[in-house]
This record gives sequence, C-alpha cells and structure tokens, in this order.
Amino acid sequence: MSEVKYSKEHEWIKLDGEEATIGITKHATEMLGDIVFAELPEKGSNVDKDGTAGVVESTKAASDVYTPVSGEVIDTNQMIVDDPSKINEDPEESAWFFKLKIKDKSEMDSLMNKEEYEKFAKETSA
Amino acid sequence: MSIKKTSLNNLHIKYGAKLVEFAGYQMPIQYKDGIIQEHKYTRTHSGIFDVSHMGQLFISGGDDLTNDLEKIFPADLKKLKINQSKYSFLMNNKGGIQDDLIITKTSDGFLIILNAACKYNDYEVIKSKLDNQYKLNLDESLSLIALQGPEAKNVLNKVIPGCNSLKFMNGNNYVYNNKKIYITRSGYTGEDGFEISIKHSDAETFVESLIENGSKLTGLGARDTLRMEAGLCLYGNDLDNDTSPIEANLKWAIPKSRIETEFVGSEVLKNQFQSGVKKLRVGIKPDSKVIARGNTKIYNDKNQEIGKVTSGTFGPSVEHPIAMGYVDNSYSTVNTKIFLEVRGKKIPANICNLPFYKKNYVKGEINV
Repeated sequence: MSEVKYSKEHEWIKLDGEEATIGITKHATEMLGDIVFAELPEKGSNVDKDGTAGVVESTKAASDVYTPVSGEVIDTNQMIVDDPSKINEDPEESAWFFKLKIKDKSEMDSLMNKEEYEKFAKETSA
Repeated sequence: MSIKKTSLNNLHIKYGAKLVEFAGYQMPIQYKDGIIQEHKYTRTHSGIFDVSHMGQLFISGGDDLTNDLEKIFPADLKKLKINQSKYSFLMNNKGGIQDDLIITKTSDGFLIILNAACKYNDYEVIKSKLDNQYKLNLDESLSLIALQGPEAKNVLNKVIPGCNSLKFMNGNNYVYNNKKIYITRSGYTGEDGFEISIKHSDAETFVESLIENGSKLTGLGARDTLRMEAGLCLYGNDLDNDTSPIEANLKWAIPKSRIETEFVGSEVLKNQFQSGVKKLRVGIKPDSKVIARGNTKIYNDKNQEIGKVTSGTFGPSVEHPIAMGYVDNSYSTVNTKIFLEVRGKKIPANICNLPFYKKNYVKGEINV
C-alpha cells in the first residue's frame, strides 16, 4: 500500500516502493490563488531534501517548490507546465510535479501524516 | 496607526474577499472567483472595484485658482470645460513624479483624484504651493467606486438612468437615494467604465444594486493585471520621484500649449523635450512563459545591464506573460531583443508596443 505524507512547505509525497510522487497540497493552491506558471526540475538531476525543486507562480507572486526527500528525478509532469491551471483543479492527483527514485526512506519519518498536516495547515493559516 | 476600513468592508467579507493591507487600508485582493475569473469578467461583462482608499481632493474659492493650479500641474486647465477631466501629474522641481492624478473641473473649482499612498503628502504639497489662499478639502466622507467593462454602461444606467450619455473623461452630478452623487466616465482597466463618488452611508446599497444588475465585485489583484494589460502605470512601481513623465512615455499627457510655460518641474521637462531622455518606459514581452516581476534586471545581447522591469505578471486576456520597465533609450525601439534575469537565468524577450490589450473605450463618443 502506498503511503502519503506532507511537508511544512505544503508538498505532498506518495511513496510506492522506492518511487515517490510529489506535488503541492490543495491548501497550498488555495493560498497561492490562480497558478499561471510552473517550472520543474530536470529529469536525471539529483535533488536534496528541503532543497528547491521547482517554482510556481500566481498572477501575484512566485513561490519555490521544495522536495521533502532526496533522490533522483525520474519523471516530471509536462501537463502542468503546458497548462498550469490544472494545479488549481486537481493538485493532489493528476497535477503532480515530479517523481523521484528516493535515496533514503528514513527521510519520510519526519514528515506529517494527513491528520497532522490538516491541523498544521489550519493553525498556520489562521 | 490602525488599519483603516472602507465603507464596503462588510460587503467585501460577505462576498468572500481575501483582505490585505494596502496603503494603510484593509482592501480586497480577490473574492471567491479568483483574480483570473474576475479579470475576464471585467473584460467581457463588468467588474466593481472599491477604490475608496484613493483621495478625493476638492479645491475651490478665488478667481485665480485656475492660474495658480497651472503653476503646479502641466495640464491645460484653462481650456477644461466644467465636468471635463484630464490625466496629469504632481511633480517635484527635478521633474520627477510625486503622484499621477485625474483633475476634473467642477462648477466651483476642481476635483483631483489622488493615489491612496500619496494623498496626504499631495494635500500638504498642493496646499503649501497655493499659499493657503484656497479652500482645500480632502473629503473622507465619500467612497469611490469604479465600474468597468463593456456592460458597465448598461448596468449603471439601470441604477442611475441617463448616465450612459456621459462622454469619456467627462463627469456630472446625478441623484441616488435622494442624495447627490458625482459620476465620471473613466477608469484604469483599458475598458469603458465609470467612477462614482458617493456618501459612505449609501455605498453598500449602491454596490448591491450593481451586483443585482449582473456586475461582480473585483479585487485589487485583477485591477493590477487589467491595468498592466492596458499598459497603464502604477505609482510606486512604474512611476516615482526620480522618473519624469517624458521618461515614463507619458508625453501625451503634457499639452503642447504648456511646454513653454512655467509649472513645477517645467525646466527639466522642457530640456527633456528638446534633448531627449536617457531611459524610457517600454512594453516587454518574454519569448517564453516565464514571468519577469518588478526589479528584474534587463540585459542586452552583450550581457550589459540596460534597465529594469517595474511591473510584470501573466496577462489573463492576452494569455501570455507581460511586463513593463525602463531601458536605456537606445534599446527602446519595438522588437529590440533583450534578456531578463529571472532566477539566475537570462530569459529572451522583446521590446513591444503598449498596450498589450487593445483599449475598448466608448466608441464614437470619444472626446479625450
């Protein structure tokens, strides 16, 4: 069974064996507003836990996207580059950002589960 | 200092506004539909904007008022008919812009609409330059509501019958709820529209009646994307104390009849008219989807810095990133290739004509 966890930077990560799919949460998209630009890491590149791995921009501002775990980028979602509004429509399913072959499964341990994240999101946006 | 609220604050909350602080006021950045939908609705139907944070300065008294105001503003105020408006500037002695504003001639003087962040300073500057000879009233008992878009005239005419006969950049008195209101045909979105000056106590019901007639509340976020597409400047971003109207490419707002006359900053402007300027405001269109925001550095093809972006966003109606900024005059020709430094990368872009979105002011009735 795949496991979904959440970061304090409002990314979600779904782990399937050694492969992780990463995107931004619905809560993040609600804070950002209409997303009009997305930039993703290069396939084959290595990203480090909590490092920048992309950018999203709304009409108002640019925000970095961070990776919650380290690994090699094995796939990116061209759909959201071509049509960034998909991120607002379906952020936690089809509008994922990138997939990693993860380095160290234990990096998942410090992340939040759904319940913890929802509490965190509510507290930080209040 | 506590944050001020406009008379429409409760209405903003009722319609799901996301509120932010702007120029000392709590203002709606967007409502439930979001910036892009609000922007598009204004372009295709009509949007309501709370611009009550802006200053409404009434000046009256004395036969020499027009003469004395012409010593301050580079506008042709003598030629202005009652209820006619002109876009102009409050400048410093160096020709830099302290504020951009709209002056309307009223039956007993002038009404000047000022930017929110500048209004108190403008009031002091204008008052001191007029030597306290006239009655100045920065009226804070009035709200200001803009209604913009192709349907604005039909919506407003249902609430205020007869107002759709106003010509562009002209105003008049009307009656709402048995009280006098003042309406001008103007705006800052590139669309046909109106600005309505109304008592605070009537503002909420007035706006509700516009909503009942099909218009929608629109936040400052969409106001910003709309004005950028229309190539219009935002004071503090695209205009400031170190930039003259000539450099800002707003030469059209200085009438020829005033170039040889005296006003604050006239020496510098006259000189710039004759010898040209070093930097010029231009439209910028990035080749790719990358957005260049304010303060983005601009380079030529030899990697030399030639200017900077002052406003940039994604244009919802032109469906492309857009920007404006200042470049060294020798790079200001349309189609000049430039590079924008975004997140460490040089993004190719072109100098382009303004506006990005073609203006849609009242056709056949234009009287600028």
